[in-house]
Amino acid sequence: MMNIEKAILAVITTDQSKIDGGAPIFICESKQELEMIAANLEAITDGIAHSLSEELYIIVKH
Amino acid sequence: MNEYTYAILFGVIVGTLARILMLKTDYRQYPTYLHGKIIHASLGFIAASLGAIAVPALIEKEYTAVTLLTVAATQFRDVRNMERNTLAEIDPLELVPRGRAYIEGIAISFESRNYLCIFSAFISTILFIYFDLSIALAGGIGSILLSLRLMSGSTIKDIADIEYTPLKFDGAGLYVDNIYIMNIGIKERQEEILKYGAGFIIHPKNRNVVQTLANLGQRQAMLHDVSVSLGIFRDSGTPALTPLIKRDLDDGRIGMFILPQNRDIDLAIKIIGAVPVLESAIRMPTESKSYHETRDE
Repeated sequence: MMNIEKAILAVITTDQSKIDGGAPIFICESKQELEMIAANLEAITDGIAHSLSEELYIIVKH
Repeated sequence: MNEYTYAILFGVIVGTLARILMLKTDYRQYPTYLHGKIIHASLGFIAASLGAIAVPALIEKEYTAVTLLTVAATQFRDVRNMERNTLAEIDPLELVPRGRAYIEGIAISFESRNYLCIFSAFISTILFIYFDLSIALAGGIGSILLSLRLMSGSTIKDIADIEYTPLKFDGAGLYVDNIYIMNIGIKERQEEILKYGAGFIIHPKNRNVVQTLANLGQRQAMLHDVSVSLGIFRDSGTPALTPLIKRDLDDGRIGMFILPQNRDIDLAIKIIGAVPVLESAIRMPTESKSYHETRDE
């Protein structure tokens, strides 16, 4: 059986043009909202919020 | 009562005493509790009895009796299994796990200590039978001291220099010196990490220990010991607050990121230095034949 060790649980962004499909996507209005949602999702999913760029965050389960 | 009774009794006492002395509770907190101690003191008594009884058996030319020692070997291999199983069972419940290599190291030492026990009992019984009590006493103390010496291996401070280095963020990337640790996205988390975290750089002293320090089991053991001794700022469900230890691929230095509750830097350096070098992590590349061949050319 294949065991997936890491997985992207969610993608959070303020720039809709940068993303498409795959994991659940959360689109935010502002940087502030982005950080709040990322912090909440991190707590809820027991994952880590990683920042790929200023407007693109992912939640990864390690 | 026969001529060997006192000799055997003496050997058993010395052997059991050796086991009890080796069973000191230290910062690794194992075994801390009475039950663990009773188990090991009793096994030490059994080991000491075997060592002591072997001597009269040999003197009386009962050579087959020595095969009893093979039973002892089987018995003590079980001790190793028992320790391994117990520690492996409870390891997932630790905030910072020991890791398999460390568990194996602990299990091996529990097994070998019983053999040291047999050795102490054997030596003291021989001396008691052939000489007198005073020489046997000196020999018994000598063998216990030798056991205690054999029991302790080298520690990290023997093979590496440890240096405190403040943590820093480059964008979302957390660094200890130039060693990348991980990506932390959320500002609050970054602030928390800068406030509560501490970084250390571990410089290997020579070529051989670069590989030893690179061993993942060895690195996990260091994280575990530091976290147990200094406390840790984390809980389940906060994976961003995980102590990590990464390697600089260029020169083999190790960057250590920890979240201690007790922020005493000197104490932390002492504790990292006192982490045992795991037997399974020791590598000796300079001892290899091909290394010397290329050197001699």
